Amino acid sequence: MSTVMSTIVVNDEHTTRGAKVIQPRWVRVMHWINAVAIGLMITSGWEIYNASPLFRFSFSSRITLGGWLAGALLWHFAAMWLLMVNGLLYLAFGLATGRFRKKLLPITPSAVIADTKAALTLKLSHDDLSRYNSVQKLLYSGIIIVGIVIVLSGLSIWKPVQLQYLTALFGGYDVARYVHFACMAAICGFLVVHVALALLVPKSLRAITIGR
Amino acid sequence: MGRMRSLLIPGVDEKLLIKDAQKAMPDLARRRFIASGASLGALTLLTGCNVSDSSSAEAMLIRISKFNDAVQALIFNPDTLAPTFPESAITKPFPFNAYYRLHEAPRVDGKTWKLEVRGLVDNKKSWTLDELYQLPQVKQVTRLVCVEGWSAIGSWTGTPLRDFLKLIGADTHAKYVWFQCADKDGYNSPLDMRSALHPQTQMAFKFADEILPTAYGFPMKIRVPTKLGFKNPKYVLSMEVTNDYKGGYWEDQGYNSFSGS
Repeated sequence: MSTVMSTIVVNDEHTTRGAKVIQPRWVRVMHWINAVAIGLMITSGWEIYNASPLFRFSFSSRITLGGWLAGALLWHFAAMWLLMVNGLLYLAFGLATGRFRKKLLPITPSAVIADTKAALTLKLSHDDLSRYNSVQKLLYSGIIIVGIVIVLSGLSIWKPVQLQYLTALFGGYDVARYVHFACMAAICGFLVVHVALALLVPKSLRAITIGR
Repeated sequence: MGRMRSLLIPGVDEKLLIKDAQKAMPDLARRRFIASGASLGALTLLTGCNVSDSSSAEAMLIRISKFNDAVQALIFNPDTLAPTFPESAITKPFPFNAYYRLHEAPRVDGKTWKLEVRGLVDNKKSWTLDELYQLPQVKQVTRLVCVEGWSAIGSWTGTPLRDFLKLIGADTHAKYVWFQCADKDGYNSPLDMRSALHPQTQMAFKFADEILPTAYGFPMKIRVPTKLGFKNPKYVLSMEVTNDYKGGYWEDQGYNSFSGS
């Protein structure tokens, strides 16, 4: 594992000779795998939700995946492997390479407030895409935590007997369903902002795709 | 590949795609699940296979579902007990749930009903309800989790299935116990042997201390607290100990066969 990791890191450094690499290759690959996995998980999850809604609404079948409950479950429990394996590798790489520490920390309330103000008055600089502003640090750290919680709450819904201590940690099976739903809603909220900003700053889309 | 690219262009005629996909499906009712999955499935099949052929997406999903069966069998700990609850936690009213309305539920005559025993067992004698009622019973208050997502806590009383399997001299090294039921269209469901031998798996004759009402599966329900609800057959007519995977009513329609909880 560490050999693989260092190879990838070294490769990235080699490519820096020409232009500065903003996003290393492992981040780019895992980002897009994650994008596919999240898309499949959310749209199949909506169809599963529809079988027994928690609230007084259902998702239109035009935006759900799977066609009916059994199909949605097949998609959900297939895409979960993509999400989990990719997610675990991402966490391992992020911790081992020091990316999380370097890119996402520190986060201070005053800096978040200052950068939020700057963003809302359109004064926030995007000149150096390799450095995240405090709002980005907060959102990216937050969404990693949400990602961990949505997987753990999902596992506790899937296996309330075999993983009953995990389920109990979430307050039981029924509460875990609400936690799972709330995390989905948080990810959807994040995606609205994330995608909108990527479209506003197209070079960030370029950086996450080809690295530069 | 060219074909794949044309399918990935935004604005692809999804209806036509689904129409094509449906042509390839002989039994529409049982293959509904793939219909709207085909277009998005195309995006995930980056292996270069023919994405307009929905059966390749379906085959992939079913392969993964079988892999998930194996993973769940691995996770399954025969000594892990499902949580039990005080009687005050019982859900009232306990939901009736089936693919038909309550008035369509089978009304089994308890006087003539006999549990048929088949397959890899020493004693294939059929059992009357009175004979079964003579066997030692235990009461369990456990949570039933439905594949639809909802859950409800109920109280079931009955004979541990493993005791009965021992009594009839079943080959407990066989792979499955396959149940056949009186529900309309013939409900059936396979139960893997390790789950059948789980200490909490029981032949339930009572719900909330009363003889099972029609709604909950009179005369006998197999209660498996370590499985989703549809793996808990009601109105059981026969059980067969077998090494063959004989499929099940919901399992054949795409629901994961192990469906452990």
